[in-house]
Amino acid sequence: MTQLANANAKVVGERLRTWNAQAVAEIIEYRGEITIVVPKELLRSAANYCKVTPELNFNLLSDVTCVDRFPIEPRFEMNYQLVSIPRRERIRLRTNVSGQNPAVDSLMPVWPGANWLEREVFDLFGIKFEGHTDLRRILLPDGFQGFPLRRDFPTEGQR
Amino acid sequence: MTTVETATGTAKTMVLNMGPQHPSTHGVLRVLLELDGENVVTAVPDLGYLHTGIEKSCEDKTYSQAITLTDRMDYLNPLGNNLVYCLAVEKLLGLEVPKRAQYVRVMMVELQRISSHLVWLGTHALDMGAMTVMLYCFREREEILKIFERFAGQRMMTSYIRIGGIALEPPAGWREMVKRFVDMMPARIDEYEALLTTNRIWQGRLKGVGYLPPDDLIALSTTGPGLRAAGVAYDNRKAFPYSSYEEFEFDVPTRTESDCYARYLVRVAEIRESVKIVRQAMDKISDAGAIKSDAPGIVPPQREKMKTEMEALIYHFKIFTEGFSPAPGEAYVTVESPRGELGCFVASDGSPKPLRVHFRGPSFVNLQALPFMVQGQLIADVVASIGTIDIVLGEVDR
Repeated sequence: MTQLANANAKVVGERLRTWNAQAVAEIIEYRGEITIVVPKELLRSAANYCKVTPELNFNLLSDVTCVDRFPIEPRFEMNYQLVSIPRRERIRLRTNVSGQNPAVDSLMPVWPGANWLEREVFDLFGIKFEGHTDLRRILLPDGFQGFPLRRDFPTEGQR
Repeated sequence: MTTVETATGTAKTMVLNMGPQHPSTHGVLRVLLELDGENVVTAVPDLGYLHTGIEKSCEDKTYSQAITLTDRMDYLNPLGNNLVYCLAVEKLLGLEVPKRAQYVRVMMVELQRISSHLVWLGTHALDMGAMTVMLYCFREREEILKIFERFAGQRMMTSYIRIGGIALEPPAGWREMVKRFVDMMPARIDEYEALLTTNRIWQGRLKGVGYLPPDDLIALSTTGPGLRAAGVAYDNRKAFPYSSYEEFEFDVPTRTESDCYARYLVRVAEIRESVKIVRQAMDKISDAGAIKSDAPGIVPPQREKMKTEMEALIYHFKIFTEGFSPAPGEAYVTVESPRGELGCFVASDGSPKPLRVHFRGPSFVNLQALPFMVQGQLIADVVASIGTIDIVLGEVDR
């Protein structure tokens, strides 16, 4: 069953490639999970393609999160977990974001549910989402200085 | 009283601050309500009063130490949180868990689901003005907590599910204890339903309230009973089975009305299904067998072995001083928590501490739908809608 899912997930990568040859920078397979690395500029259109193409039909955005690989550059990795409820399939889209004025296109126009998930990443990592209609801190107080989930932010807080 | 410019001219609306100490917000949720008379114009949730930085703290702990932090997120579902975190780390390690431990895990998280739904039902009934149901629900929940205490030594923050298996062998006499509970439960559910399902006040407060069409719910990433009450039979236990759920027979209850009443019916039906799963798990759990994977260096050795074997002692020392280091990579695992899709993303950089642990809390994501549910409705319906989304603020804020 897992193997079948993998075969299907690879098809997603191939389809994205036929849609736009530049859309797939890399396909990573690890522990049965498929990650498709997408260039930052094409993220929103690739995500939209995954959603609207009837054979793919990734209708649910399960999660948005970021990994900080400090001091490696580009330090931020944005991970988007997509689910196709009718086809029972999962896939992860990834894009790399540099540490200099980190910004990436918001996926709110594709999935309105990206709203709070992206606000959380903005709040804790300081990544700007372009095209987000309500980009404010969500968990931390408005006046908070710094972005606590970055690796160079000390766990005990800044003194 | 503020004057707000609207499309139709100048309208007088009032901004009302609901929470963070309002009892029906189930914790410390604050909602800023803009009201026109008693009708809600906009609702803006304000979160973060319970933010404790659990994800950051996990980065400073070894993989095994972080389990105790997961208990404290969704405090009505600590075993489910343990499970999703352990499944993610096990996936990262490529670790197989013995069947017997998987069945015990299933039994425990289903008991947890029942107890979580009971707390929901009791507190929601209390919000709607029916106090008796709360007392009944907490009576049965107490029995579940007693079972947890016997299994794990703890009533709530059990940390019972560990990487590679479960913490302890099931206690002597557990079968009778769980059996007594599952035999009693169906009649008790009938009791709650007799009090509520056809109750005119209950129906009046819930029917047609908090409606959102299924497409909107999916677009807003809503999962769990809220989505199933809109007719979408999406349940991680069926769609992406984990911990041997594919071997269990159960139904995924759905409704199509997508209002607060439908969410109530779905949850009550889920309690009945969970009782069925617990029964099946009891039959599957054998009286003897491994409860932890055979993975020296990851799973702590038995105490008896440590007294006779040097390797066991060395492994024990290494696990508790330095931890273990999964190969660099990422894993994302989802389970069906009582509130919806609970996800855990773990990234390793090859060191004994995780590079990143992220939890996709269903309460957090589901709460996004609140402003859309209550728009144009009465202020009393806000209470009903918050209640049936079933949020746990510990998980919303993490």
